[in-house]
Amino acid sequence: MEQLVDRLAAHWQLGPWGQELLAAAAILGVAALVFVVALTYAGVITWIERRVAGRTQSRIGPNRVGPFGFLQWLADGIKMILKEDVIPAQADRPMFRLAPYAVMLGVFSAFVTVPFGSLLIGADLNVGVLFLLAITSLVVVGVLMAGWASNNKWSLLGGIRSAAQIVSYELPAGLAVMVVVLGAGSLSLQDIIRAQGGAPWNWFVFRDPFCLVAFFLYFTAAVAEGNRTPFDLPEAESELVAGYNTEYSGIRFGGFFLGEFANVYLLSAIATSLFLGGWQIPGVTPAAQADSVLLQLAGFAVFFAKAWALVFVVIWLRWTLPRLRVDQLMGLCYRYLIPLAFVCLLGTSALLLLVTPGSGADLALRLGTTALGGAGLLAFAWRVRHHIRRVGDRVSLDVLQRGARGVFDPALQARRYGAFRRGQEER
Amino acid sequence: MSPELRQVGRDEFVLNMGPHHPATHGVLRFVLHTDGEIMRRAVPEVGYLHRGLEKLAEAHTYAGYVPYTDRVNYLEAMFCNQVWSMAVERLMGLEVPQRAEHLRVIACELNRIANHCVTLGSISMDVGAYTPFLYLLREREAINDLMEALCGNRLTYHYVRIGGVAHDVDGAWVDRVRAFLDHLEPVLDELHSLIGGNEILVRRLANVAVICASDAVGWGLVGPNLRASGVDWDLRRDAPYSVYPELGFEVAVGRGERGQVGDCYDRWAVRVVEMRQSVRLLRQALDKLPAGEVLAKVPRSIKPPAGEVYQAVEGARGELGLYLVSDGSPKPWRAKWRSSSFSALSIIEHLSRGLMIADLVALIATLDTIAPEMDR
Repeated sequence: MEQLVDRLAAHWQLGPWGQELLAAAAILGVAALVFVVALTYAGVITWIERRVAGRTQSRIGPNRVGPFGFLQWLADGIKMILKEDVIPAQADRPMFRLAPYAVMLGVFSAFVTVPFGSLLIGADLNVGVLFLLAITSLVVVGVLMAGWASNNKWSLLGGIRSAAQIVSYELPAGLAVMVVVLGAGSLSLQDIIRAQGGAPWNWFVFRDPFCLVAFFLYFTAAVAEGNRTPFDLPEAESELVAGYNTEYSGIRFGGFFLGEFANVYLLSAIATSLFLGGWQIPGVTPAAQADSVLLQLAGFAVFFAKAWALVFVVIWLRWTLPRLRVDQLMGLCYRYLIPLAFVCLLGTSALLLLVTPGSGADLALRLGTTALGGAGLLAFAWRVRHHIRRVGDRVSLDVLQRGARGVFDPALQARRYGAFRRGQEER
Repeated sequence: MSPELRQVGRDEFVLNMGPHHPATHGVLRFVLHTDGEIMRRAVPEVGYLHRGLEKLAEAHTYAGYVPYTDRVNYLEAMFCNQVWSMAVERLMGLEVPQRAEHLRVIACELNRIANHCVTLGSISMDVGAYTPFLYLLREREAINDLMEALCGNRLTYHYVRIGGVAHDVDGAWVDRVRAFLDHLEPVLDELHSLIGGNEILVRRLANVAVICASDAVGWGLVGPNLRASGVDWDLRRDAPYSVYPELGFEVAVGRGERGQVGDCYDRWAVRVVEMRQSVRLLRQALDKLPAGEVLAKVPRSIKPPAGEVYQAVEGARGELGLYLVSDGSPKPWRAKWRSSSFSALSIIEHLSRGLMIADLVALIATLDTIAPEMDR
């Protein structure tokens, strides 16, 4: 971006003041762009979440606004803006009003360093990973503020739970990230991606068995940091009503909501960049990708696919698993995840010393780990298939609900089940 | 030591759980005295849903009160119908036709399955899994459809009447019930392996809020809650009524499958087994369904001779009792319900010490308390 600003300044023959203004405008422009992109992603995730939840629960999900209900999130956003913003009489008003912004700031600022493509990045900071870990911690401040300012005991409990949880799970997440940083030798996300390759065995996740474990550690910890089921204790509905956002309504509630969903994408994007090769395309060097617009777009698509696949996994987890208890959650973190993260860190360090990068042993290690990971994935897929077959036609997996004529038919599954219930053979 | 310092560790965080709270299953209130997340005491407060159902009985005729029994417990309306009808029949010395007795068993066991669907669903929802709830409610919908075909109502059935049942069934309905049972059995297996076998669910329920057998008896727990504590007691077998003695079934008793006998997981597991046994009972009752009348000759104005009777049936939540006093007039002199939810609720304060808030939620859900039944 700096080069672009310089080039434009030279082209328009701007003076020093003009250059400064142009730079400021560029920064504001990029910030606005990142914000809009993050908002859109968060919105789209709410739609995907509800569709996936619908399919998981054998129902349809939103399907009225736009094709497949795709614009539902826009409608919901407008609804939230129009709704009354109630502030409880005894609330700490300034803090209550500020809290959602702290949450949104923490999540949306992190989007600046998300590398969507080899050049598509808000700011390629040389301390990118540290910046991410630091700025996302702002969320806990916002949540704690919300919990305290609401003057509601359930909110307070939710806020305290959240603070304890996020602070605890940052440790395994940070340690797992360090495993990658060790291998890449850089804190910049772009450098970390460049240190990987397009093919799975060149990804950091499959570099050695410790990295594979670190990936799962990071993913688990990040899901916990994002307050998602099975770690959604801060807003545990059946226990704490709605946790820290019990008293919120209207767009302020929407702020927490957007923050949470943007965070889902954020954690998937970071996991993609750190472990899954980011925007790397097999057989294309980063330099070649930077030169061609088409390859840039292809890289963006690759990143997009990987990140959204992880988003799907996060949503999938949410609608399948029950919630842990507070002590079990903390036990999981301090008793299992953190020691395991240290083992991974030590193991990777040892391997880095013992195995020369690029040597035959290194390649064997990578291929072996890839085979291991692939076998695990296959076994999992086989189990899923087994369960699906056992369930039979009691659950429809026809995601788009296309009927026999191949047209969109939202009521098909409901009708099928209704037919079953009426004892007719309409299937 | 300053007075402030002496207070450290003694302060209580008093939390008001309910009457509107997602985990209280209706309008029920708990006052929680906690130390952070750990409970010192949870005091239930009842009475938010009191409708004076027992007093209402004194102002209605015997037949006219039957629709009110639906409202005693909306999740097991059939059992409430049945216990009222049986009590009045005993007062009158009325003989119920065999076909009606079989239909009562069929309707009640279907109702038991529907009730356990809701219970298991809300247990899983209360420990954070929302999806099983919807799947189980879907199965319950199928039962609701069957009930609708049977008596026209989906929730407040008003099907069991004094002297028999309201409507007869035809072969098509029986086939539909059979088809549903064929569908339900694999669902139950799946429920037990997929949801009951989930590690997180097991950890949330096993070894939590253990009720020992003597406590369970002492606090008057009944039904699945009592059996989960290892007490082998089922009115259908031990105080036989209707046609249950002719049908074969096993009584599910808690075995401490994943933890201790009497923990929350046992209360879950016992209900799953009970649903299987209900399927077995239903199949037998459908096979044996005799021909004949479904309603005995009941006088137009029901005037039982003066006397009193205590009648109990094994409802979905256990012993559902009714104490009925007649003074020979067309209206009851006194009616008293003995509801399982009320006694189940009373044990919560005893158990609450040392539980976490999340455990309390699991305990309330597995005790299967329901507000309208305890307040009446």
